[in-house]
Amino acid sequence: MKLSSWGRLSDDNYPATVLSREIGNQQLTPSDNGETSIVYGMGRSYGDVCLNPGGGVYLSNGLDRLCSFDATSGELICEAGVLLKDIQTLFSAKGWMLPVTPGTQYVTVGGAVANDVHGKNHHSHGCFSSHINWIRLARTDREDFVCSPTKEASWFNATTGGLGLTGIIKEVSLNLRRVSSCWLDTETLTYSSLAEFSQISKDSEDDWEYTVSWIDCNSRKHNRGIFIRANHSQSGAESTPTKSRLRVPLVPPLSLVNRMTLTAFNQAYFLSQKQKSGMGKSHYQSYFYPLDGILDWNRMYGPKGFYQYQLVVPYESGMPAIKAILHEIAVSGQGSFLSVLKTFGDAPSPGLLSFPMEGLTLALDFPNRGDITLQLFRRIDAIVAEAGGRLYPAKDARMPAELFTAGYPHLPEFLLYRDPGLSSGFSKRVMGW
Amino acid sequence: MKRFIIIGATSSIAEHCARLWIAEAPINLTLVGRDASRTKSIADDLKVRSPGSAITVVSGNLVEPESIQRLVNQILKDGNADCALIAHGSLADQSACQQDLALTAEELSINGISPVLFAEAIANSMVRAGHGTLGVIGSVAGDRGRKSNYVYGAGKGLVARYAQGLQHRLAGTGVTVTLIKPGPTRTPMTAHLGDSGPSLADVAKVAATIVSGMEKRRNVVYAPRRWWVIMMIIRHLPRFIFNKMDI
Ligand SMILES: Cc1cc2nc3c(=O)[nH]c(=O)nc-3n(C[C@H](O)[C@H](O)[C@H](O)COP(=O)(O)OP(=O)(O)OC[C@H]3O[C@@H](n4cnc5c(N)ncnc54)[C@H](O)[C@@H]3O)c2cc1C
Ligand SMILES: NC(=O)c1ccc[n+]([C@@H]2O[C@H](COP(=O)([O-])OP(=O)(O)OC[C@H]3O[C@@H](n4cnc5c(N)ncnc54)[C@H](OP(=O)(O)O)[C@@H]3O)[C@@H](O)[C@H]2O)c1
Repeated sequence: MKLSSWGRLSDDNYPATVLSREIGNQQLTPSDNGETSIVYGMGRSYGDVCLNPGGGVYLSNGLDRLCSFDATSGELICEAGVLLKDIQTLFSAKGWMLPVTPGTQYVTVGGAVANDVHGKNHHSHGCFSSHINWIRLARTDREDFVCSPTKEASWFNATTGGLGLTGIIKEVSLNLRRVSSCWLDTETLTYSSLAEFSQISKDSEDDWEYTVSWIDCNSRKHNRGIFIRANHSQSGAESTPTKSRLRVPLVPPLSLVNRMTLTAFNQAYFLSQKQKSGMGKSHYQSYFYPLDGILDWNRMYGPKGFYQYQLVVPYESGMPAIKAILHEIAVSGQGSFLSVLKTFGDAPSPGLLSFPMEGLTLALDFPNRGDITLQLFRRIDAIVAEAGGRLYPAKDARMPAELFTAGYPHLPEFLLYRDPGLSSGFSKRVMGW
Repeated sequence: MKRFIIIGATSSIAEHCARLWIAEAPINLTLVGRDASRTKSIADDLKVRSPGSAITVVSGNLVEPESIQRLVNQILKDGNADCALIAHGSLADQSACQQDLALTAEELSINGISPVLFAEAIANSMVRAGHGTLGVIGSVAGDRGRKSNYVYGAGKGLVARYAQGLQHRLAGTGVTVTLIKPGPTRTPMTAHLGDSGPSLADVAKVAATIVSGMEKRRNVVYAPRRWWVIMMIIRHLPRFIFNKMDI
């Protein structure tokens, strides 16, 4: 079966096995020729954590059942292939939502656990794994078992953020949270320097649950951006907006993202948002998942695909590093439509390889222009390493092993929990297996 | 609450139809499968999706006529169904069937006779009640026999001819019979076909086409719809061309 990840940098054929709830470790044993596999969820990771060149894949779409919901505590037990979208749609109508969600809802629960994803409310709610009661894990070398923060905790810590390398997540118990409304009260502010961004972030921390900002990475003059903060509205049920269903219908022969369209787009976006500044109301779908409104938007980068680069740097060294990185990008003329700048709070991540840490995180898209793009990344890598930061594996297709090792100090401990029958393009590239 | 019955409820196509039905409004739903625990896991999922629905699981042998009678009696003792879907089936291994008459008989029973017996019993109850929609899953494979799967196709063809007769009998009554003919669809039944097989339709979309076709009381529903055109052409291909095709 032909599979790509979200960056569309490769399009290989894989022997694929659909996972089912009945599948046991006998069926999961690595194939006779020692070939390993990796679980592919929705392929919303940008790089190669969900791909396995030279090996096989397990598809988790066969694990799509909800098992139980406790309407008093909010505990939802479901299989790992269930989509966050299905959870949000079904339960938001009843006043419950996922406490943490990434910027797209076309993601599986298993994928959200394996990358220990974060949302716009990291400073108030931590990561996805902060809300998990237990995980049922299948291994290629032993029977299924359950791990939780209190039982087999080391397995739990290795598996949350474990990039699918510690076993196959079959079932997850997670806690939904009560929300007063599916609508959010928002406030949009503009900033024209990183200092101003910092100030707004700090001021928003206590009173605003969600914060996010778009930054214009093409402007050489100043670091201007739009800051949007939000809380769930207090009023109850209101109608759901009708969905616009746009789709990029085909892959254009060339990337539609280039220096010219970028500058024009960022200018237009900045001005249109500036006009909207002030208080507003937004449905969760458009606030949490602004890009989900355009299906297959990743096609617009053309046949060569694109990279995303997401980094986090600690606060102390953070601002100068972010400034230097933005400068490198603006000078290079590469870079993306919408770059996201956010803060992470001090909530500890249970996962040994979880990406979030207290500090500043910046995410940018880059059309794949071959070597010049990779050279730019090496320059940014150096700044990130110097600042004591790290890159997000979910978004990565190229980081060097040294940067990974330096950024993830718990790596040696993690390696004790790897499943010998599993590996990915990512693990081969940065861990050597 | 409307009453729904699904025979062969562990079928992936049927499961996705059930999800659509319960998403519309709470219903009274009876799931019938040969394996109690597999059927229960589907009931659990549907209960989480629709806590207001009343969902029961009934299990038993779906092939032996006495067992079918027992199951139908048990299901219908609480009253008629507004809507029933008969979904079970087995993609027979054609070359194995050619070597093994017992296997051929078994495949013809599960794909042909069993669905017909269920349909007959349920249709009679709907006739007595004066209304109902009965969907039976056949297949595009039942439209024209071909060398790679004619045992399966013959079972499905039996269902098609039966449904045609039943539609004739029930014309003008409140009971609708819908013959459903899926094209190749991504479900556990086709999981072994791999890349060399036909391209497979998305099961949720196939289910949506079925649910909407039954709602509109169509006599025949191809899912995806384009299979109507494809099969029309295949049915009408002259034999001398058809016989040269490796399908
Ligand atoms: C538009 C967009 C916005 C995004 N925004 C954010 C964001 O705000 N925050 C954030 O953190 N991320 C974000 N992401 C990244 C995305 O949330 C993650 O990559 C997520 O893990 C993808 O889930 P998936 O189901 O597609 O998994 P895949 O990408 O298919 O797989 C991801 C990893 O999970 C593993 N995996 C999947 N299922 C299982 C299983 N059952 N058992 C074991 N391992 C498994 C895979 O092997 C792989 O290592 C965004 C992505 C997009 C496209
Ligand atoms: N998928 C396709 O491409 C396709 C195309 C055309 C038509 N169809 C038809 O669509 C229907 C649903 O199939 P599906 O695609 O949803 O496949 P599926 O998920 O594999 O379901 C097959 C169903 O048939 C049941 N079954 C198989 N053998 C049985 C037996 N001997 N006794 C009792 N039950 C038996 C299975 O029960 P268990 O779960 O207990 O095994 C299951 O409920 C079938 O009638 C199939 O022929 C499918």
